[in-house]
Amino acid sequence: MLSYTLKRLLQAIPTLLIVITISFFLMRVAPGGPFDGERQLPPEIEANLMAAYHLDEPLPMQYLRYMGNLIQGDFGPSFKYKDFSVTELIAQGFPVSLEIGGLAILLALLLGLPLGIAAALKRNSTVDYLVMGTALTGIAVPNFVIAPIFALVFGVLLGWLPAGGWNGGALPNLILPVVALSIQQIAYIARMMRASMIEVLGSHFIRTARAKGLNEGEVIWRHAIRPALLPVVSYLGPAIAGIITGSVVIEQIFGIPGIGRYFVQGALNRDYTLVMGTVVFYGILIVVMNLIVDLLYSALDPQIRYDD
Amino acid sequence: MTQSLLEIDKLSVTFQLPTGPVAAVKNVSFSIAEGETLALVGESGSGKSVTSTATMRLLPELAETAGAIRFNGENLLEVTPKRMRRVRGNDISMIFQEPMTSLNPLHRIGRQIGEVLEKHKQLKGQRNRDRVLALLEQVGIPEPERRIDSYPYELSGGQRQRVMIAMALACEPKLLIADEPTTALDVTVQAQILDLLKSLQAQYGMAILFITHDLSIVRHFADTVCVMRYGEVVETGRTGEVFDAPKHDYTRMLLDAIPRGRKEPAPADSPVLLSGRDVKVRFALKKRLLGKSEYFEAVRGIDLSIRRGETLGIVGESGSGKSTLGRALLRLLKSTGDIRFEQTDLQALDKSGMRPLRSRLQVVFQDPFGSLSPRMTVGEVISEGLKVHHPEMTRRQRDAEVVKALEEVALDPAMRNRYPHEFSGGQRQRIAIARALILKPELLLLDEPTSALDRSVQVRVIDLLRDLQKKYGLTYLFISHDLSVVRALSDHVLVMKEGQVIEQGPSEALFTQPREPYTQALLKAAFIEEGAAA
Amino acid sequence: MTSDSKPYSGEQSNAAPLPAGGPNPPRSPDPEPDALPEAAPAGESLARDAWRRLSQNRAAMASLALLIAIIVMCIVGPCLPWGLAEVDWNAFGTGPTLENAHFLGTDANGRDLLTRVLYGGRVSLSVALVASFVSLVIGVLYGAISGYLGGRVDNLMMRFVDIMYSLPFMFLVILLMVVFGRNIFLIYAAIGAVEWLDMARIVRGQTLALKRREYIEAAHALGVRDSKIVTRHLIPNAIGPVIVYVTLTVPKVILLESFLSFLGLGVQEPLTSWGVLISEGVSMMEGSPWMLLVPSAFLAVTLFCLNFLGDGLRDALDPKTR
Repeated sequence: MLSYTLKRLLQAIPTLLIVITISFFLMRVAPGGPFDGERQLPPEIEANLMAAYHLDEPLPMQYLRYMGNLIQGDFGPSFKYKDFSVTELIAQGFPVSLEIGGLAILLALLLGLPLGIAAALKRNSTVDYLVMGTALTGIAVPNFVIAPIFALVFGVLLGWLPAGGWNGGALPNLILPVVALSIQQIAYIARMMRASMIEVLGSHFIRTARAKGLNEGEVIWRHAIRPALLPVVSYLGPAIAGIITGSVVIEQIFGIPGIGRYFVQGALNRDYTLVMGTVVFYGILIVVMNLIVDLLYSALDPQIRYDD
Repeated sequence: MTQSLLEIDKLSVTFQLPTGPVAAVKNVSFSIAEGETLALVGESGSGKSVTSTATMRLLPELAETAGAIRFNGENLLEVTPKRMRRVRGNDISMIFQEPMTSLNPLHRIGRQIGEVLEKHKQLKGQRNRDRVLALLEQVGIPEPERRIDSYPYELSGGQRQRVMIAMALACEPKLLIADEPTTALDVTVQAQILDLLKSLQAQYGMAILFITHDLSIVRHFADTVCVMRYGEVVETGRTGEVFDAPKHDYTRMLLDAIPRGRKEPAPADSPVLLSGRDVKVRFALKKRLLGKSEYFEAVRGIDLSIRRGETLGIVGESGSGKSTLGRALLRLLKSTGDIRFEQTDLQALDKSGMRPLRSRLQVVFQDPFGSLSPRMTVGEVISEGLKVHHPEMTRRQRDAEVVKALEEVALDPAMRNRYPHEFSGGQRQRIAIARALILKPELLLLDEPTSALDRSVQVRVIDLLRDLQKKYGLTYLFISHDLSVVRALSDHVLVMKEGQVIEQGPSEALFTQPREPYTQALLKAAFIEEGAAA
Repeated sequence: MTSDSKPYSGEQSNAAPLPAGGPNPPRSPDPEPDALPEAAPAGESLARDAWRRLSQNRAAMASLALLIAIIVMCIVGPCLPWGLAEVDWNAFGTGPTLENAHFLGTDANGRDLLTRVLYGGRVSLSVALVASFVSLVIGVLYGAISGYLGGRVDNLMMRFVDIMYSLPFMFLVILLMVVFGRNIFLIYAAIGAVEWLDMARIVRGQTLALKRREYIEAAHALGVRDSKIVTRHLIPNAIGPVIVYVTLTVPKVILLESFLSFLGLGVQEPLTSWGVLISEGVSMMEGSPWMLLVPSAFLAVTLFCLNFLGDGLRDALDPKTR
């Protein structure tokens, strides 16, 4: 188990290097500098700025400097939010994004898994058709459509919940964004759990369990659920990536001060260091999440621990 | 006769499918006395497994049952689900055909066995574990103390079947239903499992309902036989009586479906057609990007030669390297060593050099479902070789050849515009033979050509192969794990194990006086000594 | 369940009904228990079989019809009385009305919404087609090469795909858009470059599985050339899962494009796309909800249909259900 963990950790390093390298060089080949646009700066001031940000150095030097700083957790200064470093912006935004994203994935699992199981157990019943029909809608209607409609209906028309804003993370402000963010994943997880549950229920070892004289509850609870969970667990990696991506629009729509919003603002303002910092941060986050998911999988499936 | 333990009385099972009802079991009756073994015999689709599954009431919901299944006088079809669960695993246990998938892959085997004891005997903790250890010991699992905490994937197929048996025996049931328990296992393992079942039966005094398609097992194992076809019982009786004096035509046909007769030997002066010296094949297990790759030696230096008109049988259990050797000899796999076809050194030829020879060296594979491209019509499949080797032929000429080839294998030529999925297993195998024959080959590699088929179909395909050999003076390289088939077809036999030849010799001598213990074990496991008498 | 307890999984279902007065062969072909009725002159190919099953799937067929309708509407969109950027000075932000042929209303600048949605649909659908095609080409080539060569090359190529999988792709695409400006061709390429990974894996898996198939070996034994094996055996047999996957890639691509456009990082004026229109709709939703609902409905219906169609195709082509 330990060696497996170490091995997976080592495999994560090249991924991170690729993310950082791609982002770095993409940013540096970008046409137009970070100080274009506002107004024409006098050449000497621009040169000073360039020197201050080490933009006058040769590219490999800049790359090494950036890497060195990264290792110390320093993403460099933001070009647009002049008083903040990128690290500070991420540190501000991350707890907010984490709360929304974490709750969304939790909600997706808490609703998606039981719905999928129920649909599988009551296959071809009204429950099944209802769950699967809703799930297909959840997949077909993107979150950036659902979110504004929620805001319009529950926030503006009915006035039950705030249509936007963060308010320090008060519960009413959380509900709409979390639900909007999780709907698609609820749908995917329910569909996947249903399919995998149906497959497991048809497998030979379930027949064995029934032949032992176990009752349906014991058969399902002890023998069916864990094997059926395996494909869903391996989907958690992409699911988390989906939630992170989704959080970008959700934060934008509901005006939530998370990293996603900084990222979009940075992208629209060409705040290179901010965008790059966020991409690298997201990269690390996704790699770490994938690692956790893999370890979770290996904890559920004994065979993985020894193979590979 | 003693009082009957299980009585199946006019049982009918109908599957209510969307396409309409399908009767799988029709009006089946038989009974088993305490301590007795009844074999339910039939080919695929005969309804034998449906009958046994119905006894446990484990059929899917779309199955409708009628009639009665009385166990100790109690009609199991009418008891409450709760009562039925008390019967399952406690009074009646079941083991299945698929040892690899019948155990929960995520639970340790000790827990899976213990679960039955906990459920029916309320045995918990250390006492439960002690009983599980005793059971593992009893079914012959080595080092039970260590194995009790193993996961199924750490055990071999035979060991998993032993675990299944331990699980079934845990509550000392009165009846054990064994649904083809040895079909998926190698013959030697099969014999061990059957011996185990026999000795455990004596020990516990339980009755066994034994479902199988293999008559050679039945003869040695069962007191009573019940033969099924198309969901109906065609004949029931004491084993000896049924075997000695079958009443029904179908039973007679099944009994005759054991390949008989011997091959007429090829003329003694016929020249050597194919020979191999020190043939070796190895597969990469793990290809590392850096460092050493790991290899598995599937064939470890084999010498052989086949004369024109001869059949060389290659026998071995799964993983013995017999199929790999066959493919290597035809240059379908890379190998080292010397391979000669007549005087030609095959190893020296490249792909295009090999091509002209391909029409003379043909092959028929085991899997009748996988060996025909599903997107080509039968005519296209059969004529593909003609396009390669006789590009001068017109479409009309090719079609005429296809018609001839289909007639040769006793298939209706009008079927040539159909697709493979519209044919049965035996028909597909005939198509595969036609594909090889159309090129008028000299040597045919037959890689388990009949093992995926039911016995009765098998015999007809073997007859066909025999006729074709006689008619065209073909040379066969016949690979099989089925000793009775090999015996009926081969001049010479080569016994393989772990990539090496254990023993070889003229067929009759090898079957009547095997020298090596491994060959003896193989023959014994296949009950071949009786075959000699038949 | 053993095989003989499933009477419905046999070949009976494929047997064609007996044609009246069909040829009756003099010799009995093969007296096997599961022998077929007498030969019909022509068999049913897998493709036709799949189409028959698909056409029995009402949801899939309805989706197909609806999709064709949407595509046709997008193509004939320019025939509508209003142009893409044409302003109706009499109608700023009016709801759906028959007056002046603003069937789905106008936006705040007096531009006809239906016209804009159909023009936007052209962009969204063209992105979907081109990017799916890009991903198809890259994925099929990469997967087929990796699977066919096998061994060390395969190992290396798949390790690369694994690494690519764990990249935060969405963000790299956004980065690309930020750096190189919002250009529709870049969107085609970027999205295509993201979506090929799954395709590569599927095609590689297919190739590996097919390589081991006995009919491929039999073809080798017949002396069939490699190129013929690829064209006659590998490609026709691998194509089913690829088609299914393409139908499932298209909605993903549409979603990605609208996601980018929604954030203001996708296509730009004067072009528009469903994502852009939805984004405009969000800012106006309190006063003019139709501006949000109309493009959202078009997007959702298209995605819905594509998903249904993909599911239907998978059921029709899946060998497991055969």
